[in-house]
Amino acid sequence: MLEARGLKVSYGGINAVKGIDLEVGRGELVTLIGCNGAGKSTTLKALAGLLRPAAGRIHYNGSDITARPAFELVRRGLALVPEGRGVFGRLTVEENLAMGAYSRRDRARVDADFERVYERFPRLAERRRQPAGTLSGGEQQMLAIGRALMSRPQLLLLDEPSMGLAPLMVQKIFETIRAIAQEGVTLLLVEQNARLALEASHRGYVMDSGVITLADSAPRLLGNPQVRQAYLGE
Amino acid sequence: MDIFLQQLINGVVLGAIYALVALGYTMVYGILGLINFAHGEVVMIGALVALTVIQLLVGSGIALPGPAIAALGLLVAMPVCMALGYAIERVAYRPLRGAPRLAPLITAIGVSILLQNVAMIVWGRQYHSFPALLPATPHQIGGATLNDLQIFIVLLAAAVMAALLAIVHRTRLGRAMRATAQNPEVAGLMGVNINTVISITFVIGSALAAVAGVMISAYYGVAHYFMGFMLGLKAFTAAVLGGIGNIAGAMLGGLLLGVIESLGAGYIGPLTGGFLGSHYQDVFAFLVLILVLVFRPSGLLGERVAERS
Repeated sequence: MLEARGLKVSYGGINAVKGIDLEVGRGELVTLIGCNGAGKSTTLKALAGLLRPAAGRIHYNGSDITARPAFELVRRGLALVPEGRGVFGRLTVEENLAMGAYSRRDRARVDADFERVYERFPRLAERRRQPAGTLSGGEQQMLAIGRALMSRPQLLLLDEPSMGLAPLMVQKIFETIRAIAQEGVTLLLVEQNARLALEASHRGYVMDSGVITLADSAPRLLGNPQVRQAYLGE
Repeated sequence: MDIFLQQLINGVVLGAIYALVALGYTMVYGILGLINFAHGEVVMIGALVALTVIQLLVGSGIALPGPAIAALGLLVAMPVCMALGYAIERVAYRPLRGAPRLAPLITAIGVSILLQNVAMIVWGRQYHSFPALLPATPHQIGGATLNDLQIFIVLLAAAVMAALLAIVHRTRLGRAMRATAQNPEVAGLMGVNINTVISITFVIGSALAAVAGVMISAYYGVAHYFMGFMLGLKAFTAAVLGGIGNIAGAMLGGLLLGVIESLGAGYIGPLTGGFLGSHYQDVFAFLVLILVLVFRPSGLLGERVAERS
């Protein structure tokens, strides 16, 4: 469904991604793990059209989307939940969700999707008229995910969804991610919390200093001594 | 005659016009973080284009009522200004989108000088008298006078601002504009074409500028290639007073600045025993600017900078 070949991206004058190959098949949940500054977020930004790759090609659903802008990709079903959530703090919860459905014209189904998001996250329903900036970090993450779902993505990229959240909220977010995957959305996840991420995933990539050092099924990565030592804190 | 009431009335009229211009500054700043110093010149172009249309209509001998002629002048000036605002962004600012903030600022001043000179070539250096097309029937209220033109200016400005608020807060486009102002990158992730939103922002601001240009020329009865400079600076002051980037702030700031300036001009003579006269009117706007920048740089309704992440 998504395929990157020889992808190089520089960000802030640094060659953050130095030629990686990465694939996500339809219906898969794939995780990209690695240390801070390994180039994971930069990779996601390039895939979502926020950064222009310096080299390499990206194919999505069979067509070349290299250097296509983000606003076009979301219309084609490729959505990114950015690091730090990126909710519009002065827009209400409902307006944030409406922004998620910005490029959709099917009003009736959008209205149904509002209800689905509110069912999934009852906290958001209670706070629908509040400015999103008044929500807690966890609620903002729910809003960011709910907002991305409003675009009806086929492929959802999630950048550090558990960052800065209390353990209970992290559990809740991962339950949500599993549920979304079971509904047939393909997911590519970037996570610091490597254990939880790999336990939820089919496959994983390990990234270090801008290159992919390991690519394997999630269970095998969980059992890999190197991974256990470097990323699972053992 | 009641000086206070009279100057209050004059100030509200002037303030309504300042508010329309201030909105153009504040909307562009809200989205791009750029002070578009060429905006005052768009007001000037609007006034002079409308003047030319009006002169042609009056000279043609077609028997049209005055308000209809004024309306036609405005209806031509608006699209001209909208196209101009679009072109300014496209040609002068967009290529500098990623540049350090100083570059577009200097460019803005350059565009401003360019437009002044083009206007000087087209319309000459002289002051043009702007025909009185609207009835200026005076009404007496409590020792002050208020004429039809003043009432009309305030009502039209209020209607235009109400329409703007409706667009910004009630439409999909307005929501995209607010989202883009807060976080352009994430707005792009939502499917918003940022360039389109920025263009539309310039076009709307320029339409307001055209309205303001026709109003101020009709009010003072004069138009001139340099008129946009001082008006632009004052409207910028109004935007800063209200909190730059904040739409309601621009409206409030414009109104307040008009009132402060008018009251200042009305009282400076009596208070200084005639030593300083009402031609010191312009001092007050900049006094306000300095005071705001010193004591409350975020303006009356402005958010603290930290919230603009």
